[in-house]
Amino acid sequence: MLFIFAAAMTTLFMMDVEKLGRRGESYLLLLASTLGMNLMASASDLVMLYLAIETTSIPLYVLSGFMVDDEKSTESGFKYLLFGAMTSAVMLYGFSLLFGFTGTTNLYEIAAAIAGAQVSTVTALGVITLILVGLGFKVSLVPFHFWAPDTYEGAPTPVAGFLSTASKAAGFAVLVRLFFIAFAKNGLSPDWTTGLAVLATLTMTLGNLVAMTQTNIKRLLAYSSIAHAGYAMIGVVAFSDLGATSVIFYLIAYILTNLAAFGIVAVFSRVSGSDRIADYAGLSRRSPWLAMAMLVAFLSLAGMPPFGGFVAKVFVFAAAVKADMIWLAFVGVINSILGVYYYLTVLKVVYLYRMEGEAEESHPIPLTRPYGIALVVLSLGVLLIGTLFAPWFGASGAAALNLF
Amino acid sequence: MTFPILSLIVFIPMVAAVIMLLIPAERRNETRAVALAAATFDLLLAAWVYVQYLVNEMTGYQFVETYRWLPQLGISLKFGVDGMSAPLVLLTGIVMFTGVLISWGVDDNHHPAGIQDRPREFFAFLFILASGVFGVFASLDLFMLFFFYEIAVFPMYLLIAIWGWVKTREYAAMKLTLYLFVGSVISLVGALAMYWAAYQSTGVLSFDMLLLEKANFPLNFQVAWFLPVFFGFAVLGGIFPFHNWSPDGHVAAPTAVSMFHAGVLMKLGAFAALRVGIMLLPEGAKYWSWLVMLLAGIAVVYGAFIAFQQTDMKYMIGFSSVSHMGLVMLGLSTLNKTGLTGAGVQMFSHGVMTALFFAVTGMIYDRSHTRQIPELGGMNKIMPFASVGFIIGGLVSMGMPGFSGFIAEFPIFMGVWHVNSLLAIVASISIVLTAAYILRNIRDVFFRPMPDNLEGHITDVTVLDKIAIVTLCTFMIGIGLFPSVMVPMVQTGVENILRLLGGA
Repeated sequence: MLFIFAAAMTTLFMMDVEKLGRRGESYLLLLASTLGMNLMASASDLVMLYLAIETTSIPLYVLSGFMVDDEKSTESGFKYLLFGAMTSAVMLYGFSLLFGFTGTTNLYEIAAAIAGAQVSTVTALGVITLILVGLGFKVSLVPFHFWAPDTYEGAPTPVAGFLSTASKAAGFAVLVRLFFIAFAKNGLSPDWTTGLAVLATLTMTLGNLVAMTQTNIKRLLAYSSIAHAGYAMIGVVAFSDLGATSVIFYLIAYILTNLAAFGIVAVFSRVSGSDRIADYAGLSRRSPWLAMAMLVAFLSLAGMPPFGGFVAKVFVFAAAVKADMIWLAFVGVINSILGVYYYLTVLKVVYLYRMEGEAEESHPIPLTRPYGIALVVLSLGVLLIGTLFAPWFGASGAAALNLF
Repeated sequence: MTFPILSLIVFIPMVAAVIMLLIPAERRNETRAVALAAATFDLLLAAWVYVQYLVNEMTGYQFVETYRWLPQLGISLKFGVDGMSAPLVLLTGIVMFTGVLISWGVDDNHHPAGIQDRPREFFAFLFILASGVFGVFASLDLFMLFFFYEIAVFPMYLLIAIWGWVKTREYAAMKLTLYLFVGSVISLVGALAMYWAAYQSTGVLSFDMLLLEKANFPLNFQVAWFLPVFFGFAVLGGIFPFHNWSPDGHVAAPTAVSMFHAGVLMKLGAFAALRVGIMLLPEGAKYWSWLVMLLAGIAVVYGAFIAFQQTDMKYMIGFSSVSHMGLVMLGLSTLNKTGLTGAGVQMFSHGVMTALFFAVTGMIYDRSHTRQIPELGGMNKIMPFASVGFIIGGLVSMGMPGFSGFIAEFPIFMGVWHVNSLLAIVASISIVLTAAYILRNIRDVFFRPMPDNLEGHITDVTVLDKIAIVTLCTFMIGIGLFPSVMVPMVQTGVENILRLLGGA
C-alpha cells in the first residue's frame, strides 16, 4: 500500500515540474498530504485516523486553490475546503459517538465491543451513516460528490489528478479497514452491505450519465472518477477476501490510469490553454504519441483489455458474483457500457476530427521530459497490469491482508 | 514442451503491430512490408497447424500449451485447437493475408486504392484485432477467451470511425461497439457465475474450459444462464433480433475491415456461443434450442428478403451475411451431428466467401466511387478477374454443388429437417432468394453495358488484388471438390460436442 502511494507520488512530481513547480511550497504540501495518506492507510485508532485524514486534506485544500491569481482555482479550493470541513465534522461526530458507545478508540476493540452486542444495531447503523458522510466525501460517493467536478475543474490539473487518485485510494483504504474490521459483525454486515450496494449503484449510474453530457475534459474525468468510485465500492460490498483484494487491485489500476489521463490533460492544456473536449480535435496528428497515451488511458478507464481497467473490473465483478450479488454485477456491466460510450466519444475527437483549417502540422505539442517520462511509465504500467496481472494481484492480496 | 505454435500465431500480429508503430510514419512502404510479412508468416503457420491436424487424423484438443497466469484464481493461458477451431484459425490467417493485400494502398493520387491515410496506424489496429481473433479461436481458458474477445472488439471502433465511409462511420462504429460490448459483458457475468458454480461443485478454482466442461452444472442453473451467455456472444454472430449493428458496420467499414468483420468477427460470435454457451451449458442448450432455432430461422429468411431489397452492394452483402450466419446458428441449434458439422463448415465457407464479396465490392468502389447497383455496369469488360471471382463467390453463396457452400448448407438443412421439417422448408426459401439477388447483382454490375459517366474512368484491379482473389477462390473450390479436407476434421470436433450433450 505504502509503496503504491510513493510511486504515484514520484510520477506526479514529474508532472508538477512545469506548472506549480516554481513554488517550493507546493512540493512541501504534497509531501505532507502524502504522509497523511500513508498514515490513513495504516492507522488502527480512531484519533490517529482522524488526524491522518486531516493531515491529508488540509494541504490539498491549499493546493486546489494554489493559483491565487486564478479565480476558478480559488473558488475550487474554497469549495473543497467548505465541503471537506463540513463532512469531516460530521464524521468526527460519528467517531466520538463510537468512542462514547464502546469506550475505546482502538478499531479492534471497537469490533469486539460491537460483536459483543454492547451497541444496538440501530445505533451502530446510525454511527456508520455519520462516518460514511466523511469517507463518502473523500471517495466522492454519490450524495457527497458535488464538490468533485467543480474542484477538479478549477484546481491545477496535476492536483486534480492527485485528488482523484491518491486521495481517493486513501479514502478507500480507510473505508475497507473500518467496514471490514470494526463493523464486520455478522448480524450487522447485511444491513450496511445493502446500503453500500445502493450507494454504489447510484454512484456509478449518476457519474456515468452526467459524464456523457460534459464538454470539459476535466469535468468529464471528474464524473468518470465518481463512477469509478462506484465500481470500486462493488468490491467493498462483496465483503470477502477477494472483495478487498479486488478493491485494491482496482485502485492500483485506476491510480495509474487516471494519473495518466490527467497528465495528458495537463500537457495539452499547457500548450493550448484549453480544456474543452472539442479542442482535442486533430490531436492524433499533432502528437501521435500523446494520442496513443490517451488511447491507452481512456480504453483502460473504459475497461478494455489488454489494459489494467479490464482485469480490475473483472475481478470486482467476480467478487460480486461470488457474494451472490449478481444484480450488482449487472448494474456494473451496464454502467461500464455507458462508460465506453463517452470514453470513445473523446477518442473519436482525438483520432477522427481535424483542427480548423487542417493545420495540425503547424501546431505540434511538445512534450517536456518530465511529462514524457511520467506518461511512458504510467502507460506501460497500465499495460503491464492488464497483461501480467499475477504479481499485482499477489501484491493486492498482501495489502488487503495488511488492512485487517 | 512442444513448439509453441499457437502462441506464435496469436502473438505475431501483436508484435508486428508494435513494430509497425515504431516505424516512422513517412516510411509507408516499410510499414506495409512488415504487415505483409507478418500476415504471410501467420497464414503459413495456421496452414501448418491445419495440415498437421488433418494428416495425422487427430481428434480432440491438440497443440495444447499451458502457461500459469494467475494461479490464485485459476487463470492460465491455455491454447489448443480442435476440429471446430482449426479451420477457423486457418480462415483468420487467410482473411488477414488477403486483407493486407487489398489494403496495400498505392501512393498515387490518380488511382487511389487501398489505405492511404495513416497506413501505419491502420495496419497496427488491424493486427491487434487479428491477434484477438486468433486468441479467441485458440483459447481453452474462459478468462483468456474474454480477454481476447474484447481485444478483438475495440479496434473495430477506431478502424471504422477513422477509415470508414464518411457518411455513416461515426454512427455505425459507435453502434457496433456498444452492441458488441453489451453482449460481451453480459456473457462475462454469466461466465463468472459458471466459474463460482464450478468451484462449489468441484472445489477447484479454475477458468479452464476443459474442467468446466466436466462441472455438470445443475439443470436450473444451466437453463437460467444459457440465455445471457449464448445471446451475449451471439450478438456478434448477428443473431436476429440483435443483428442490427452488422449491416451498418459492414457498410461503414473500409474494405479490409469489412472482410475481417463479416469474414471472421461474426464467426467469433458464433464460435464463442458454441464454445461457452452450448459446450459448457449443454442442458441449457437442449432446453432453449427451440428458441435459438426459431430466431435463426427468422434471420435466414428475413436477412435474405432484406438483402433482396438493397440497392447498395455493401448493404446487400451485409444482409446476406445476416442470412448466412443465421444458417450457422440454425446448424448449431439442431444439436445433432449433421447440423453441427454443417455449421462448422459454413463458418469457414461463409468467411471466405464474404471476404471475397467485400474485397471485390471494395475494388469496384475504389474505382467508380459508388456502390449503388443501378449506377454500375459493365465491370466484366474492365476487370474480368474480379468479375470471375465475384461469380464464384456468388455460386458459393447460393450453395451450388462443387463449391464449399453446398458442402456447408446441405447438411445444415438435413440437420434441421430431423428436428423440425417445417422450419427446414421455410428456411430453404432463402436459397431461392439468395440466388435471385446474387444473380441480379452479377447481371447488373458486371454484364450490363457500362454507364457513360463511368466509361474510361475505370481501371483493372492490381496484381495484389488478383493474388487475394485467387487465394480466396482456391479455398472455396478446393473444399467444394474435396470435402474430405475439412468435413472429417469438423466432425471430430462435433463428436466432442455431442459427447458433452449426450453425457450430461
